Amino acid sequence: MTSLDLLNPGSTARLVSIGGDRAFRCRLMELGLLPGTLVRLVRRVDVGGVLEVEVRGCRLSVRHGEARHVAVEAGA
Amino acid sequence: MTTPAASPTLATRRVAIAGNPNTGKTTLFNRLTGLSAKVGNYPGVTVESESGEVKLARSGVVTVVDVPGTYSLTARSAEEQIAIQAVCGLHPLERPDAVVLVVDATQLTRNLYLALQIIETDIPLVIALNMVDMLGELGQEIDAAALERELGVRVVPISAQHGEGLDALRVALDEVLASPDRARPGPRWIPSDPRLRADVDAVARELPAIWKLDNPRRRDALALWALLSLDENDELPDAPAKLRETVLARRRAAAADGREIEAEIIQGRYAWIDQRAPKFLRQRASVRESRTDRVDRLLLHPALGFAVFLVVMGLVFQSLFSWADPLIGLIETAVGAVKEQVVSALPPGFFNDLVAEGLIEGVGSVIVFLPQILLLFFFIGVMEDSGYMARVAFLMDRLMKSIGLHGRAFVPMMSGFACAVPAILATRTMERQRDRMLTMMVVPLMTCSARLPVYSLLIAALFPPDRIFGVLPVQGLLMVAMYVFSTLVALIVAAVLGRTLIKGKSVPLLLELPPYRLPHWPSVLAQMWRKTRVFLSEAGTVILACTVAMWLLLSFPRDAQIDERFDAQIAAVNSSLPAGEERDERIAALENERAGEALRSSYGGRLGHFIEPAVAPLGFDWKIGIGLLGAFAAREVFVSTMGVVYGIGEDVDEESVGLRQRIKQEAHADGRPIYTPLVGLALMVFFAIACQCMSTLAVVKRETRSWTWPTFLFVYTGALAWLLSFAVFQGGRLLGFG
Repeated sequence: MTSLDLLNPGSTARLVSIGGDRAFRCRLMELGLLPGTLVRLVRRVDVGGVLEVEVRGCRLSVRHGEARHVAVEAGA
Repeated sequence: MTTPAASPTLATRRVAIAGNPNTGKTTLFNRLTGLSAKVGNYPGVTVESESGEVKLARSGVVTVVDVPGTYSLTARSAEEQIAIQAVCGLHPLERPDAVVLVVDATQLTRNLYLALQIIETDIPLVIALNMVDMLGELGQEIDAAALERELGVRVVPISAQHGEGLDALRVALDEVLASPDRARPGPRWIPSDPRLRADVDAVARELPAIWKLDNPRRRDALALWALLSLDENDELPDAPAKLRETVLARRRAAAADGREIEAEIIQGRYAWIDQRAPKFLRQRASVRESRTDRVDRLLLHPALGFAVFLVVMGLVFQSLFSWADPLIGLIETAVGAVKEQVVSALPPGFFNDLVAEGLIEGVGSVIVFLPQILLLFFFIGVMEDSGYMARVAFLMDRLMKSIGLHGRAFVPMMSGFACAVPAILATRTMERQRDRMLTMMVVPLMTCSARLPVYSLLIAALFPPDRIFGVLPVQGLLMVAMYVFSTLVALIVAAVLGRTLIKGKSVPLLLELPPYRLPHWPSVLAQMWRKTRVFLSEAGTVILACTVAMWLLLSFPRDAQIDERFDAQIAAVNSSLPAGEERDERIAALENERAGEALRSSYGGRLGHFIEPAVAPLGFDWKIGIGLLGAFAAREVFVSTMGVVYGIGEDVDEESVGLRQRIKQEAHADGRPIYTPLVGLALMVFFAIACQCMSTLAVVKRETRSWTWPTFLFVYTGALAWLLSFAVFQGGRLLGFG
């Protein structure tokens, strides 16, 4: 198990759990990131300190620090 | 149509248009309402509400209200709460007769989450399934009829971009309004777990009666909303304390049981969607790289993407800074021509002056902002519609976050280098009120183009045209230094205000990066015009009133003695000299001197004397004080006001040699020069920071809907300007300069 920010660009993983504060957790879940959902790390943009992830066919940006709270199972 | 209440003239039906952000909701709204749309404000918050009219065959004219784009009805702040208020008609908003939910067909499952929430509230609903034309490209197929069966509400496939399916949508909406009960399918997902059911019931008992809990479904929906939305530090003023306590107690009890209520609700809804998705959504496996991916590989590239970003921002900046210039010149010429017509048409006197110098100049000072506002809103519209704005926020997040600002604050901040007025209007692209307020409070610190004439005049008059080491021009360096200085002050102030007075919890950045799309031009233009109209009608009236007030202040009272004296002198010149150039010059000089004396004896002139003790520690005299007052109309007016104060006439600009000479010659009673390089520097620092621009203050007033923010802006920038000028002037003197 690893966290979302440590995935290699282009790789897909299965979401295990979301930590962090309640608002962040709820918001991610409402966007469809639930345990079991497939998440793909599209790219890292280090200039902006953000990641681009793909979930349910939709692209989202998440900050590095916040992605650390998202536990994923790589190699799915 | 037998009862009067059903007559469309007596009770216009209301339809709310809701949807996730980036679903083409605004384009659909513009398509449906056309030019009838108006911009207003939701009560209590600075969130725009747009409303317009659509004509339906049976229901007649129906009012359509745009609900801010949202992924969920769940709210944490007063602004986010608008979605549930608008959909359910919670106090103070009216309950709509039906909701049109715009759903992005290419991201169906996520969009259906909001659809389920709205269905739960038991409001008559029509789903506009947008962007069906994009599905093929993504290898997807949606069976709209199957979706309709599963959800129990009308689903109309449309393409807002191409205007397809809109007639069918109007017909469906008309039918729903005619027989609303058939458009209420009852909730699709219900909390069936007995423990969750108990939580919902417990919370439902504490819902306030003002939320009109007239049916059990609506009550359940609002209880679920409360369970997701309320917590210890939500910012929802309308939620009763008892309700919050109950939610918190249920949440604690659940946690002790190893349950998480929020996860149960959200997962329950998504499980419902995911289970049924195969019935209406078919996805062909393995899709080739999309166009958006290819574009993003360039635009989000660590090096190239940043270069493109700088070029785009450079283009926006250049357009505001120089492309707008010819248009501004044209407006100024036209206003001047109208003024001349009026001056010659009306008999001379107070009324003539009021119309020409007060009203026409005032209208001119409002419409002179139009080129920059229209251009900036055009670019913002294109960036938003194409999907690039989300990338800007993405690229700028780290930098802007470090000073407590949102990534989207970058565009307004940068626009502030051209003019604070359009820049402040551009803060509307940020969702959170706190982000908007903070940005508005620092945008006026950016070096706007109106400060340039003032800097040019002072630098040219007071600093030598030397070069350091033979290459670096002193004057040019000073100009650059003023830009760097003002930007640094803006960043520091943002960091300080963001951690103190305008504190806000750092919100997680969860931006959607929508696929790139060609902007829908009519929609971009309609949006641009609507925002400009708000500026004209609301900020414009304040600016107009201020211009007239400034004119009165600087022209009255009129001293009859001065007039008589100068009339006599002019008459003497007229009789002693033959008609010709010399006579005209002498008369013009006398007229300028008269204007100078009139200004010095006006209320404004007296005010200049009055504030002299306040500005003396900065090295300024009362004449500069008058200039500072005049600059309140617009900073560049400082130059012409100084021209009048010094009796050179108002037709001077920063290039005029006469004004520069005069500035060098101005001396105190004991013969020391008033303007030393040090005084010039202190004056430039004052101009850099003080928000002495009534148009900016008027726009802040309009955007924040309060006098508190513009007052705060005026006071804090004034105090900071005074302190820093004081530090420069007195510090410089201590070091032996000036």
